[in-house]
Amino acid sequence: MSILVDNDTRVVVQGITGGEGKFHTGQMIEYGTNVVAGAVPGRGGQDVDGIPVYDTVHEAAREEDANASVVFVPPAFAADALFEALDSPVDLVVAITEGVPQQDMGKVYRKLGETDTHLIGPNCPGLITPGEAKLGILPGNIFAEGNVGLVSRSGTLTYQVVDNLTQRGIGQTSAVGIGGDPIIGTDFVDALELFENDPDTEAVAMCGEIGGEDEEEAAAFIGEYMDTPVAAFIAGRTAPPGKRMGHAGAIVSGSGTGTAESKISALNDAGVPVGDTPNEVADHIEDLL
Amino acid sequence: MKLHEYQAKGVFADAGIPVPDSTLASTVDDAVTAADDIGYPVAIKAQVQVGGRGKAGGIELVDDAEEAREAADDILGMDLKGLHVDRVLVEAAVDFTDELYVGVTMDRAEGRPVAMVSTRGGVNIEEVAEEEPDAIVREHIDPAFGMHPYQARKAAFEAGIDREVAIDAASILTQLYELWDDKDATEIEVNPLMVTADDEVIAADAVMNIDEDALFRHPDLAEMEEEAAGDDLEAKANEYGFDYVRLSGNTGIIGNGAGLVMTTLDLVDYYGGEPANFLDIGGGAKAERVTNALDMVFSDENVDSVVFNIFGGITRGDEVAMGINEALEQFDEIPKKVVVRLAGTNAEEGMEILNTDLVTVEETLEDAVQRAVEYADAEEEQ
Repeated sequence: MSILVDNDTRVVVQGITGGEGKFHTGQMIEYGTNVVAGAVPGRGGQDVDGIPVYDTVHEAAREEDANASVVFVPPAFAADALFEALDSPVDLVVAITEGVPQQDMGKVYRKLGETDTHLIGPNCPGLITPGEAKLGILPGNIFAEGNVGLVSRSGTLTYQVVDNLTQRGIGQTSAVGIGGDPIIGTDFVDALELFENDPDTEAVAMCGEIGGEDEEEAAAFIGEYMDTPVAAFIAGRTAPPGKRMGHAGAIVSGSGTGTAESKISALNDAGVPVGDTPNEVADHIEDLL
Repeated sequence: MKLHEYQAKGVFADAGIPVPDSTLASTVDDAVTAADDIGYPVAIKAQVQVGGRGKAGGIELVDDAEEAREAADDILGMDLKGLHVDRVLVEAAVDFTDELYVGVTMDRAEGRPVAMVSTRGGVNIEEVAEEEPDAIVREHIDPAFGMHPYQARKAAFEAGIDREVAIDAASILTQLYELWDDKDATEIEVNPLMVTADDEVIAADAVMNIDEDALFRHPDLAEMEEEAAGDDLEAKANEYGFDYVRLSGNTGIIGNGAGLVMTTLDLVDYYGGEPANFLDIGGGAKAERVTNALDMVFSDENVDSVVFNIFGGITRGDEVAMGINEALEQFDEIPKKVVVRLAGTNAEEGMEILNTDLVTVEETLEDAVQRAVEYADAEEEQ
């Protein structure tokens, strides 16, 4: 078992003819992902390494039975691509694009509320179910099949923690990078709920960071609803207030909300051990299994 | 990107929001001339991006030319919380009877914009929010419709603003939301919105933060970005296209991916060191970016050692290694000790390529950070 993606996921890639779209489509296929179509306006009828390209997501979904979309469209056009995907029959949309304007995402988020579609991202590495499928840009070779779920706001930090787990023989059911922007589709609580309902996931590693209150909300959810144990890491303990630490969402406000301390203490209060180093998170997970 | 007060007020004025008469000046003579033209009393305000300018001596109220000269002379060239003041805004002082607060920001948790109104203007609004949360009225806005005028009126009346003033305050709030929307702002705040004896409202201060990710559709605001940059190194980072934040420690940090770089900073602190900076070279970084990153960190005189931590996904370890070798081979003597840790895509190839005469190589993140902190400590002792 797994969450959101598996062998039955049929992917349409929006922006498949661009440099990144093309490269990562190849990587996804190599990993075993079932990429069935591309969607690029004006490029219908062409193909990219044998994958048929359609002008619209609707047509791609209709003709190839696609049920998920991965979006590599540049920031200026990303919101439009997301609206198109949300309006189409696909029920999972993974937005890799970094730098989508915040107000564009505000409008997309408003639309998302009217649908049953899962949106992952934007500004995320995507998600993977080891041995079955990966949607996005995660390096497949560091993952292993297993029974730990992973959810993270950051890409490379995810890789670090996964590597710490895999190196000691702990594999993953699924790993989801939810993205580092202030407004994202699937948040920690959504992902934790999916893992809680997955019978094969026996523990969850959660990697949060400064900014916003998603981790605090996750802590409340874990305390109240989860039987599956969770261990966490929070990045940004040394971040100064008012500075954007790379991710648009990673900022401690001038008034002191969104700090690492607040998140760590909320998680500890919910019984979640928080590692001081990524490797300590793997230690905690090993203890919890 | 946070605009300077004078920039934000320019944007307000263009949008028809009333602001006091003002002129920007960079010399004492120009400041006095501007003050004479505007008519006394005037406020002389330092144009730097720090909170609490007034308390720190960056704002003075003056009644005549002599006082204006003294104040401009004091403020121009002063060091305000580490930033050099090279310009002042000379502004007509407003004779007010009341101070209000109005603002628009993005409520991250709700994913929707929220307008805020309070009669407790002129003081630190974050303290008000903490001590008297009910003193701030919040009205969420549906981005599909924009702000309905009734929402602004509702917020103004519920905040308890006098009837004579509430309609005008509400109309300012509606204009602020439109500005927020038009300019891709992440935050707009007027504190105080002053009320005059004849019930006029005027924006006596202006805070405006613009979404950096939306600057591509606002060339006019993008031009202001350079002027808004604080630190020289931060300006250089803009030029190279790095996410960079300067801190006060002596262990320099370079890595890929915001979360992992933040984690590296935290580990430097955890192992007893002090991070000098946050520098994310981004995904897929090639040799030139690696060279530029090292150049940036080396030019920070506080830095005593550097930890270079890469976990390759899109970024390839062999390319990073070549970049590091190339960058360091240019020096007769390496300016600071560099510790490198490569993992992920092509990390093994990278480790083999790295010239160990020039750098120290460590296998794990923890070891690399500890080694860099040791080097920084040793350098510090000398």
